[in-house]
Amino acid sequence: MGEGLLDQVAEAEAELLAAADRRLSRGDDVQAWFDAVIEADQKVEPRDWMPDDYRKGLIRQIAQHAHSEIIGMQPEGNWISRAPTLKRKAILLAKVQDEAGHGLYLYAAAETLGITRAELVDALIEGRQKYSSIFNYPTLTWADVGAIGWLVDGAAIVNQVPLCRCSYGPYARAMIRICKEESFHQRQGYEILHTLSHGTPEQKAMAQDSVDRWWYPSLAMFGPPDTQSTHSAKSMGWKIKRHSNDELRQRFVDMCVPQAEVLGLTLPDPELRWNDERGHHDFTEPDYAELMRVVAGDGPCNAERMAHRRRAHDEGAWVREAAAEFAKKAATRKGEENR
Amino acid sequence: MTLWEVFIRARRGLSHTHAGSVHADDAETALRNARDVYTRRQEGVSIWVVRASDIAASSPEEKDPFFAPAADKIYRYPTFYEVPEGAPHL
Amino acid sequence: MTDLVLDPIMLGDDALLAAQRLAEWASRAPTMEEDVALANIALDQLGAARLFLSLAGDEDELAYRRDDLQFRNCQLVELPNGPARTDLDFGWTIAKLLFLSAAQRQTYEVLAADGGPLGEIAAKTVKESAYHLDHASLWTRRLGDGTPESHRRMTEAVQRLWAYTFDLTVDRVAWLGVIEPVLAEAGLARPADPDPKLGGRVGRHTEHLSYLLAEMQVLHRAHPGATW
Repeated sequence: MGEGLLDQVAEAEAELLAAADRRLSRGDDVQAWFDAVIEADQKVEPRDWMPDDYRKGLIRQIAQHAHSEIIGMQPEGNWISRAPTLKRKAILLAKVQDEAGHGLYLYAAAETLGITRAELVDALIEGRQKYSSIFNYPTLTWADVGAIGWLVDGAAIVNQVPLCRCSYGPYARAMIRICKEESFHQRQGYEILHTLSHGTPEQKAMAQDSVDRWWYPSLAMFGPPDTQSTHSAKSMGWKIKRHSNDELRQRFVDMCVPQAEVLGLTLPDPELRWNDERGHHDFTEPDYAELMRVVAGDGPCNAERMAHRRRAHDEGAWVREAAAEFAKKAATRKGEENR
Repeated sequence: MTLWEVFIRARRGLSHTHAGSVHADDAETALRNARDVYTRRQEGVSIWVVRASDIAASSPEEKDPFFAPAADKIYRYPTFYEVPEGAPHL
Repeated sequence: MTDLVLDPIMLGDDALLAAQRLAEWASRAPTMEEDVALANIALDQLGAARLFLSLAGDEDELAYRRDDLQFRNCQLVELPNGPARTDLDFGWTIAKLLFLSAAQRQTYEVLAADGGPLGEIAAKTVKESAYHLDHASLWTRRLGDGTPESHRRMTEAVQRLWAYTFDLTVDRVAWLGVIEPVLAEAGLARPADPDPKLGGRVGRHTEHLSYLLAEMQVLHRAHPGATW
């Protein structure tokens, strides 16, 4: 990840602290007070009054984000056992572990809105809440670990850095922590692809093939085009979201083009070229009909990802029950001692 | 499982700061979980875990009367005092 | 046995295969918190393996280019995370970790006191082992003294794995001194000593090792001489 993005995370953190010093006078009108907090770029905190839609929208977004981290462990986790060197194995395991940690930070942020993690996990397992559709694509070769780091994490960072400024305090703080920790994720992916691209012909072909497969799904990560996006306008008004889907997608394309050149790999878009007038690259939009199909459950790995999650949850039940029972017994014993 | 709030002293000399929360059935497990989840990148920290239900919080409605007086006593802050020129290390 | 267990290859192989098995839990643990915890332990083991193997030669040559007959790990670490090859039974993993980490802590303590290159590594890894032992003990107590089902599963794991604990350490008496109180506190019977399953230290392994290596080494071996 570029130094520029890390700087943006630091700026967001500084702004968070600075905004807190602005004094807001507070009358009886809670809606007016809430609007003033948003207007002043201050953070809304868990016990503050907030509109019901704001709370619900946040729960939906943070939960989806948390689920994505947890499901996102699977495609990369798929290669931990086969990583080609011990160093790569350690890096990949640490990265997949970070995703579990980040899922936890996000569930913790969602829980401050008055919902429990158990409810959210049930919603995921029963298919009532979504996760990022990107994780429904398979990791077929080792190069996919590189492509996920470079493109998928790259796209995620472009999406996430603005969330460090989001108006809900616990979410913004979780994102600052996550973005700082994730700064190595994109770099390790880029390094993998660079090594493969400069390795044997087989390795280079493997790298190109994986970029060919991951490019358009990565572009689709920014969501439907602005003209079709259902949640965007309200989210932006509340400063949960700061930039439109198309704006972020363009930013991502502009970042990737020079990076691909250094890699010596080709982005699979014959229309991709610099547009002097716009000051941006023109590019082919991803297939949004495919995105909608995958979101609706009909992607290459949707069923597998869900089955894997359900199995882990079900097979762990006896362990969770044992821990609960042990705690109950221990509390009783302690109670008897104190009597 | 019970929800525990996690407070971490990141370095010596700093106070414990709220980091997030973990789930666990007892304090012993909650501490280990907090260590594993919130200190993956650092060592030499001190961790507190508190049952979320045991935290008494002032309600936001009370916010102003509760906290305003402290902010009014600006003499509690070092910037209240004028530092004479040439006085180093204050 | 004394010389055997102080060999960096043996120490490295034990840690490497422990890491490989623990990492199988990634995205599959009983709680999300435990997913993070098991990955931490796997990362510690992997780090230790790399340090020990690098003392003996090139870490990747040793990890990826040897056949099962050339590995010198104890059989305990190559066993799957459950009774059968594709099982993931948390009780088995905890029992394996309890037995291994108690042995590793003990061995590393001795090595750290002796100094030298091995001792330098051991001085670092001994702290990690203490944490692994603490984690395994915590869960052994919860599973042993939890529900009837967890007690039954943990009992089975301890019983079935006991035969594999005879080549973990040079000083079995000291090792028992750590393990027996943990089992007692967890309400788990200390198994009667069966015929020990030995052989790992001289390259005689279980059927499981070859499968483990096939998976671990497949990519590396498919591209001889490549850098990654």
